[in-house]
Amino acid sequence: MLSPQEPPKRKLRVATTSLSGCFGCHMSFLDMDEHLLELVELVEFDRSPITDVKHCSAACDIGIVEGGVCNSENVHVLREFRKSCRTLIALGACAVNGGLPTLRNGLDVREVLREVYFEMPGVVSNTIPNDIELPLLLDKVHPINEVVRIDYFVPGCPPSGDAIFKFLADLIAGRTPRLDYPQMRFD
Amino acid sequence: MNENTFVIDGTPIPFEPGQSILQAALKADVFIPHLCFFPGLKPNGSCKLCTVVVNGRPGSACTLLARPGIEVENNTPELNDRRRLMLQMLFVEGNHFCPGCEKSGNCQLQALAYELEMMTPHFNHFFPSRKVDASHPEAFLDMNRCIMCGLCVQASRDVDKKNIFAISGRGMASHIVINTPSGRLKESNFSSSDKAANVCPVGAILPKRRGFATPIGQRRYDSLPISTQTEFLTTRKA
Amino acid sequence: MSLVNSSVEGVLEPILERYLRNPHHLMQILRETQERLGFIPKWAVDYISEALALARTQIQSVIEFYAFFYDSPCGKYRILFSDNVTDRMQGNTALLARMLSRLGLSQGQVSGDGLVSIDTTSCTGMCDQGPALLVNNHAIPRLSSQRVDAICTLIKNQTPLEQWPSAFFSVEDNIRRKDVLLSAELTNGQALQRAIELGPQGMLAEMKTSNFRGRGGAGFTTGVKWEACRNAPGETRYVVCNADEGEPGTFKDRVLLNSYAELLFEGMSIAGFVIGASKGLLYLRAEYRYMLEKLQATLEARRKAQLLGKNILGQKGFDFDIEIHMGAGAYVCGEETALIESLEGKPGRPRIRPPFPATHGYLGQPTVVNNVETLAKATLIAQNGGAWYKGLGTKLSTGTKLLSISGDCDAPGIYEYPFGVRISKILEDCGARNAMAVQVGGAAGTCLARHEFGRKIAFEDVSTSGALMVFGNNRDMFEVARNFTHFFKHESCGFCTPCRVGTTLLCNLLDKIADGKATSYEMNELSRLHQLLKTSSHCGLGQTAWRPVYDTMQKFRPSYDRRLQQKDFEPAFAMDAALAPAREIMERDDADAHLGNEL
Repeated sequence: MLSPQEPPKRKLRVATTSLSGCFGCHMSFLDMDEHLLELVELVEFDRSPITDVKHCSAACDIGIVEGGVCNSENVHVLREFRKSCRTLIALGACAVNGGLPTLRNGLDVREVLREVYFEMPGVVSNTIPNDIELPLLLDKVHPINEVVRIDYFVPGCPPSGDAIFKFLADLIAGRTPRLDYPQMRFD
Repeated sequence: MNENTFVIDGTPIPFEPGQSILQAALKADVFIPHLCFFPGLKPNGSCKLCTVVVNGRPGSACTLLARPGIEVENNTPELNDRRRLMLQMLFVEGNHFCPGCEKSGNCQLQALAYELEMMTPHFNHFFPSRKVDASHPEAFLDMNRCIMCGLCVQASRDVDKKNIFAISGRGMASHIVINTPSGRLKESNFSSSDKAANVCPVGAILPKRRGFATPIGQRRYDSLPISTQTEFLTTRKA
Repeated sequence: MSLVNSSVEGVLEPILERYLRNPHHLMQILRETQERLGFIPKWAVDYISEALALARTQIQSVIEFYAFFYDSPCGKYRILFSDNVTDRMQGNTALLARMLSRLGLSQGQVSGDGLVSIDTTSCTGMCDQGPALLVNNHAIPRLSSQRVDAICTLIKNQTPLEQWPSAFFSVEDNIRRKDVLLSAELTNGQALQRAIELGPQGMLAEMKTSNFRGRGGAGFTTGVKWEACRNAPGETRYVVCNADEGEPGTFKDRVLLNSYAELLFEGMSIAGFVIGASKGLLYLRAEYRYMLEKLQATLEARRKAQLLGKNILGQKGFDFDIEIHMGAGAYVCGEETALIESLEGKPGRPRIRPPFPATHGYLGQPTVVNNVETLAKATLIAQNGGAWYKGLGTKLSTGTKLLSISGDCDAPGIYEYPFGVRISKILEDCGARNAMAVQVGGAAGTCLARHEFGRKIAFEDVSTSGALMVFGNNRDMFEVARNFTHFFKHESCGFCTPCRVGTTLLCNLLDKIADGKATSYEMNELSRLHQLLKTSSHCGLGQTAWRPVYDTMQKFRPSYDRRLQQKDFEPAFAMDAALAPAREIMERDDADAHLGNEL
């Protein structure tokens, strides 16, 4: 039986992805500077833009998702994360509430595509790209907790490197993650 | 105990007759979360964030008068859970995207969400279609952020004596309307120096050309929690 | 109607004159304007705004608050199907579909020629003879396929409403059990005369002796309320009768107004005499518009008989008269302070209490607000004395109670019982043999299961404003709760956060459960919301809106469980449907252009 003080024996597997986001949260992740060295003592990266691994291993401990859900590919990736990760974290404003991409939610997606591909000044095409490889847009952009069950939320646009580190450090140590006041930001 | 004293969470609070529980609490540096109360205006009692338990019964701290000897529960896990729930309701009811809002950092809704550690709006978003009125030379109206506190209605009617705003509709279709033939602010005698222009707790009424005069990071609630700013909350003019 | 022959002034001036250009009569001015024009056009808003010196926004907010005011044309024949759960049980859904199909319309749409629009509305108080509808605010009960077909023909032929068969509009009283009130045979003025003989203090003493409690739901002691109002400082005092009988399943006031109006008006006069008021206001719900002329005729007869007006019954200085104010479709106006706001020509948003109407009511003056049944019974107390009344019913709930009984029983209608009667006895009397549940007190009331049928109707046990809906063995109590919850969402005034957003969230959760797209997650969410609504809402509407869901979750849990998915999460929206617009514009229908709901 483990004593309460004993640290985890193995490194935790962490997967990360950016759905409909700007990668700002990943940049902020890297912004935790020297804390990264502490973090890699505790975790190893699985599927992530950092590793360029394309799919999650069967059993990741923590999944970190940046960005909201705006198209069918986002849905597939998010579902893979939910299936593969024991704990799933929404990282940043877009994952938490859809963020700026939701500004299109008041518009008809057909009108949006028509305007972009037919009516924008300088556009010469007369088709909307419909290659079978292209993911389809959802009629609205959604926060990720409207598509799969999410365990934790880290707000911020982006959350600071410190906030991300504090959150993960708490989580890995078995403390319910909390952000201290200046780390708790929505902007 | 002094005759004009009551108790909030075990702390004695002095009050002057006629003060509400909320006013007396803030004066005594005890924070009670609130959105639709503004010093100098008649309490509206609609946001329900300030709901406390008085002698065992729930009620709004902004509309209930302080009375000698009453026992008030305020900063309890149960009440704060309910307050967080109401904040989440307000966040999903409108379109609140802080990164793109000029009010961020000075916004009372956001500050309360920080204070009560609202990590997520939780409920499914309504993503309503609401109006933006940029017709007036001095101010924007962005109804995406309106939380129906009614402060602009009251300030314009009772302080500015202009009666520019009103709440129309019912239920979740409630919305602010403007007292001009076209319904746009441009035709009104609204001015950015009006009380009504300076009481909005969120970014629904914003002065033009002042957006980022104070940079993000240096704003009122950026580094200090709203709960530590009771003096400001009782004395503010804007 | 066309305005070719009638100028703006021609339409509006007579109405404005009739209401003395008094802004407090805004609701009545708008109603009559709409009765003339079919809707309230912008030019009328501008004209009324000018004439009454009211902000345009105040008029707009009144129009947009009340369900029966329209700011755009909505059909020369405006059909609204009552959509209480009892109407559903009586088959209104099929009849609505039948009418829509025969007239080639979809719900909420106005026909291309502007002839007709069809929609649903909250309970119209015809539960004992449903399904029912309103055509231009006039009630037609007992709908059948034949009646619906006949109505379609009348509409197509553009037959004026006055020429429709009068049988269509006949509303039965359906009185099934009479006790002291319904069997009272009083000569008009007799009880009022006795009150005058007793004097205000004496009459008040009788009220207090009777220990009579208000019949609107809250159960406040009427004598105490009257005394508080009488003693409150003020220039003028008012008696307000709350006839905004909007609680789904309740129709007892309809019967009192129809056949016992003299008792009511006499009770109002007695209340006026006791508190020193010279004006009474009857707030009549819009759904009872059809009774307006009859009630006004009754008032006129009472004026002629010196029972209203100056020096009533020769008593010097006893001046009292009654005005009728029509509502315009808002359940929340049953809340007394919302009702007062409405009487003052404003949207019916409940005020902050305290202060209570007894000290700060209509126009800020001391006001007694009582239910129809309460005032009618005050007449009995004046006639027979408080001690007599106190001998009826139970110790804590004196007297009798009118119950509006509907649903799965042989004899729906009005039953008057002494307080203390058991549910089982009521069910036996109305011929409800296979009851699985009864909803007592309307949508905001209590849902009782079979093991609770031994309980009693009384303030100290099962308290009720008077509705009792019976649900037989084959009924789906989840759907009952869903119907009531949608009602609350529709009627929430929007003033406070928990009720405004919470009632909609409740509905969305229930709809997801109904669609078979929910899990235990949604059940937990329902529980969380009920705590919030109960404790934090501004008025009784929000404070009770959770009850149907809570009660049925406790007592009829399987009706929820069998709709749930056995997994831990279902998305918030239909995934594949969310791709449909993109599929359409990208002309794709391959496998990758679709999404399942599975993880």
